[in-house]
Amino acid sequence: MAHYENPMRGSSLEVKVLTERFGIPNVEKLDVFVQHNGYEGLRKALTMTPDAVIAEVKKSALRGRGGAGFNAGMKWGFVPRQSPKPKYVVCNADESEPGTCKDRVLIEYDPHQLIEGNIIAGYAIGSHQGYIYIRGEYRYLMEILDRAIGEAYAAGFLGKNILGSGFDFDLATHTGAGAYECGEETALLNSLEGLRGYPRVKPPFPAVVGLYGCPTIINNVETLSSVPSILRNGGDWYAKIGTPNNGGTRLFALSGHIERPGIYELPMGIPLRRILEEVGGGVWKGKKLKCVIPGGSSCPVLTASEIDVPMDFDSLSKIGSMLGSGGVVFIDEDTCMVKAAWRIMKFYAHESCGWCIPCREGTAWLKALLERFHGNGGMAEDIDTALDVSYNMLGKTLCPLGDAAAMPTISILKKFRHEFEEHLKLGSCPFEARGSESGVRVSAGVAI
Amino acid sequence: MLSDALKQKFDAVIARYPVKRSAIVPLLMFAQDEAGHVTEEAIQEIAQRVGVRPIEVIEDIGYYSMLHRRPIGRYNLQVCTNISCMLRGGGAIFEHCSKKLGIGHKQTTPDGTFSLEEVECLGACCGAPAMQVNYDYYENLTPETIDALIDGLRKKNPASET
Repeated sequence: MAHYENPMRGSSLEVKVLTERFGIPNVEKLDVFVQHNGYEGLRKALTMTPDAVIAEVKKSALRGRGGAGFNAGMKWGFVPRQSPKPKYVVCNADESEPGTCKDRVLIEYDPHQLIEGNIIAGYAIGSHQGYIYIRGEYRYLMEILDRAIGEAYAAGFLGKNILGSGFDFDLATHTGAGAYECGEETALLNSLEGLRGYPRVKPPFPAVVGLYGCPTIINNVETLSSVPSILRNGGDWYAKIGTPNNGGTRLFALSGHIERPGIYELPMGIPLRRILEEVGGGVWKGKKLKCVIPGGSSCPVLTASEIDVPMDFDSLSKIGSMLGSGGVVFIDEDTCMVKAAWRIMKFYAHESCGWCIPCREGTAWLKALLERFHGNGGMAEDIDTALDVSYNMLGKTLCPLGDAAAMPTISILKKFRHEFEEHLKLGSCPFEARGSESGVRVSAGVAI
Repeated sequence: MLSDALKQKFDAVIARYPVKRSAIVPLLMFAQDEAGHVTEEAIQEIAQRVGVRPIEVIEDIGYYSMLHRRPIGRYNLQVCTNISCMLRGGGAIFEHCSKKLGIGHKQTTPDGTFSLEEVECLGACCGAPAMQVNYDYYENLTPETIDALIDGLRKKNPASET
């Protein structure tokens, strides 16, 4: 029995592509799924050449929903199909980016859609084996997927000679065991090979040298779940839903200080202000907005004056942030940004795998500095020291975790420098002095 | 002793991969589910089955935060205090659990019923503050729902009745 509510709260602004079957009773079962266009995308794909499937996905302007935003069809196109080595499809279901919980609903409410996307990807790149790497905490979702995969085998959608096409494809789930780092694609591959999840040097990229040294594509759950409808309705149809080069819809997980937290499927390019006011019901308790983390904790924060930005990859990049993983975290006026910066850094310090020194040392020192600063032991030079340490992490690590830790920190230090200065001036946290609740426990300079 | 059902599961999981050592982490998770922690016997068995030295299995255990080599409580309360939960009082939820159980981060009650852990994002941000008890999610937590939950689990657990 589930002890949580369905986070799909509904909004008139939603455009339902990924979630079109949500709410149909028993749609997680194969026979019901098939009654609602299920596996039609796969049937269509099997009548096309792999090149034509890749071309259709390229045309759709579907970009990676894990956070990097790379064109999915282009990624598939990098696989050397003439290579004699086996090729692999790896679905990244290691959803761990703070603020992000959208892959969870895609697996829970429509597991066959994801399986169908995996099979189509396999057909496109000439792969006969796929793995869905799912974070260890999502055990109930792995059980849902395992059941669905079993049904798909029994009905001939997986295994040998799928639907009489001559194409073979096997698919299995693989559980992680608690490591944010394993959401990074090369660390994920090491983890899937039974090793510690340390990142690999790129290039070569996984499309050429991936799992077991073989060509591999790694796509996020939401990316692969988007593929069946693209095949069914065409790449042009999908591309038109979003903004140029940012095709389709995406799932936005709204959390933090908002009236209606939840997951909503919205067209790419919808302004952040409309998401806040019309979808999320505004800032909670009638308070004012201070800032927004637009796509998971790795993204530079946006101030309240920056929320007219269209929510697509290119528009956010233009204003110095990222669309990321669709986890939109709203922060109200009573929140201490020194605390917020500290809590975010505490996460990265915990999750840094330690392989690259700038990340291992940088996250640990920044955490200590921010902890001390908020605990009223800050010094004026700490602000610039924190900026300096952050800049020395950027671009200096094998995987993006170092950048992910530095970017939000730099944005908070720059955009909310006045809050750091106010701490120094008062000798205490101005928000705690006012008794506002923002929930971080830092007492006497020691974080519990 | 590992159960026969678990050994059969091991065979089925190993067969999914062209390279056996890929199965290490899933096998460790399934072994831990059965025994409550990763036992020495499980380490030896997994190493032997996938053809690596036991130290290589132990190296993996040290990396992944969900794997434990020592027993923990029957109910492991994993409270998220990351950004989305922090903003909605996750810190207070953790403190409430800590006070009620009389234990801190990564500690276990003397009767072995409860463990407490402050964890990073669980992927339950829209239901913040949230936690997991073993694999079960509990969202939109308040001190009252925590009390009811802990009291309920206490009654359910035969160990605490003796």
